[in-house]
Amino acid sequence: MTMENKKVTDLRDIRLHGRGGQGTVSAAALLALAAFEDGFESQAFPKFGSERRGAPVEAYVRISHTVIRAHNQLYRPDAVVIQDAGLLRSEPLLEGLTPGGLIVLNAAEKPEGIDDDFRWVCLPASQIGERHIGRPLPNTVLLGALAAATEWVSLTALEQAISNHLASKGEAVVKANIEAVREGYELSKPNPP
Amino acid sequence: MKQLLEGSLAVAEAVRLCLPQVVAAYPITPQTHIIERLAQHVANGELEAEFINAESEFGAASIVLGAVAAGARSFTATASQGLLLMTEVLYNIAGLRLPVVMICANRAVGAPINIFSDHQDSMSVRDAGWVQLYVETNQEAVDTLIQAYRIAEACGLPVMVCMDGFLLTHTFEPVDLPTQAMVDGFLPPFQFSRTLDPVRPMTLGGASEADNFQEYRAAQQAAMEDAMPVIEAFDAEFNEQFGREHGGLLQPCHLDGAETVLLGMGSLMGVVRDVVDKLRDQGQAVGALRLRCFRPFPAQALARYLASAKRIIVLEKAISIGAGGIVAAELRAALHQAGITTPVESVIGGLGGRDLTPDVIEALFQKSSENEAGATFRFAPDHKSLTRQNEEAMNNG
Repeated sequence: MTMENKKVTDLRDIRLHGRGGQGTVSAAALLALAAFEDGFESQAFPKFGSERRGAPVEAYVRISHTVIRAHNQLYRPDAVVIQDAGLLRSEPLLEGLTPGGLIVLNAAEKPEGIDDDFRWVCLPASQIGERHIGRPLPNTVLLGALAAATEWVSLTALEQAISNHLASKGEAVVKANIEAVREGYELSKPNPP
Repeated sequence: MKQLLEGSLAVAEAVRLCLPQVVAAYPITPQTHIIERLAQHVANGELEAEFINAESEFGAASIVLGAVAAGARSFTATASQGLLLMTEVLYNIAGLRLPVVMICANRAVGAPINIFSDHQDSMSVRDAGWVQLYVETNQEAVDTLIQAYRIAEACGLPVMVCMDGFLLTHTFEPVDLPTQAMVDGFLPPFQFSRTLDPVRPMTLGGASEADNFQEYRAAQQAAMEDAMPVIEAFDAEFNEQFGREHGGLLQPCHLDGAETVLLGMGSLMGVVRDVVDKLRDQGQAVGALRLRCFRPFPAQALARYLASAKRIIVLEKAISIGAGGIVAAELRAALHQAGITTPVESVIGGLGGRDLTPDVIEALFQKSSENEAGATFRFAPDHKSLTRQNEEAMNNG
């Protein structure tokens, strides 16, 4: 597998934000499954709360070379995935993000008025998701973008995770999400220097 | 082969592999995913069992009582208020010596209403006569569930597998699921010697008066004491067959030469292990001891493990309101009985889902923050204020 992937040196913490119904918890599971597929130890868990459609939702992923023993929440993410840019107005989405940390945002461009040291990857993931999936679901598009921007997980592993985890939803859903994750990945590959 | 599975689904698979004939439950967060998956298995024909969606937890517990009395291996799961609604039946199951196995997806008890994890629910029924095993990881939940049927059926005692709600039930992490053949090799079919059968009529649960009621209780107590070596032996046998063991009654972590030892139960011990490793690397003589089996209470084994400790801290996620720490009080009694005079610092934390971060655990180890004079316990520091303090100290330093 890709244990030689040097991008994950120790422990990577990722926090995902979205609204109930956007597949935030599923995205966390897919990311952890992909990392596991790549040969890492991984863990995914939702913010422990009552799920309601439309309400802010958080989920977390830990990726590590070594066994993950902690079962507490994580506070200092290396990357934050934001499925609904509107949440930036109401929720402390960037809290604890390490300096130089990555933000993968579902928006055509970085919102104005945010002065920061972070690295932004912005793409209209809902539109892309709608084109492939038929509903404005941004989650797998953003996972593709995260994978391209970080190389913490491989595109192959994400596709495998989608195939396995979404199998019960049918072949069409799997195929659409694989197309979505690929487009997110292609759009977010760093420009060659 | 390891798979990344949600805790609830992993233990549901373990239940399926134990081939229960009756599953009865009433949904309650955070246990619901477990029985949802079992209901799917039954509906899909992947588990040949009666799935009974009960009208309440009282009903669910009563159904598995009757099912086991009729000779059927059975399963239920609940949490929080649901477990308390079962209380009367829990005593009956234990008093009738029926080997029921259940999962308690540990959750706070209201009011105020709170769906998050602490141990107040299962600790509240600690005297009901059930074996209680607290697990640290989802792998241990899977393995312990399988062991639980073996323990229950060998000892004639009901077993409650306590796994932290959300922290374990809703967390995806790597789990090695055994095969059916492996589980069959460890867990023989259920053969109940006192099966209710109209062909051979007999009474189960008749009245007992003053001349022999106490003897029934004494027999339960003796069975609990006898269960301790059985729990250890089955964990060791499990290790031989599956290559994993979970400490039997108690699991030490860096106890060698440890002067300060923290004792705790459940998933919080993962962070404790990380902190112990870190402090050990810094040359501090710290260690930890995980209490896996709270009932029966392994008093003598605890005294043996803690005999040379200079400082003992008990961190627990439940409170006996009006008294304080429950595990701490029982540990004090155990040490006193063994002639050990080391004081036990009782700390209560993690209530209602309050996060026990590495900072919190490190603070417990570091500060000789003894309880205030006359107080038998203190609450763990809050992780948010602790983080603020640490940041201010770093900025000022």
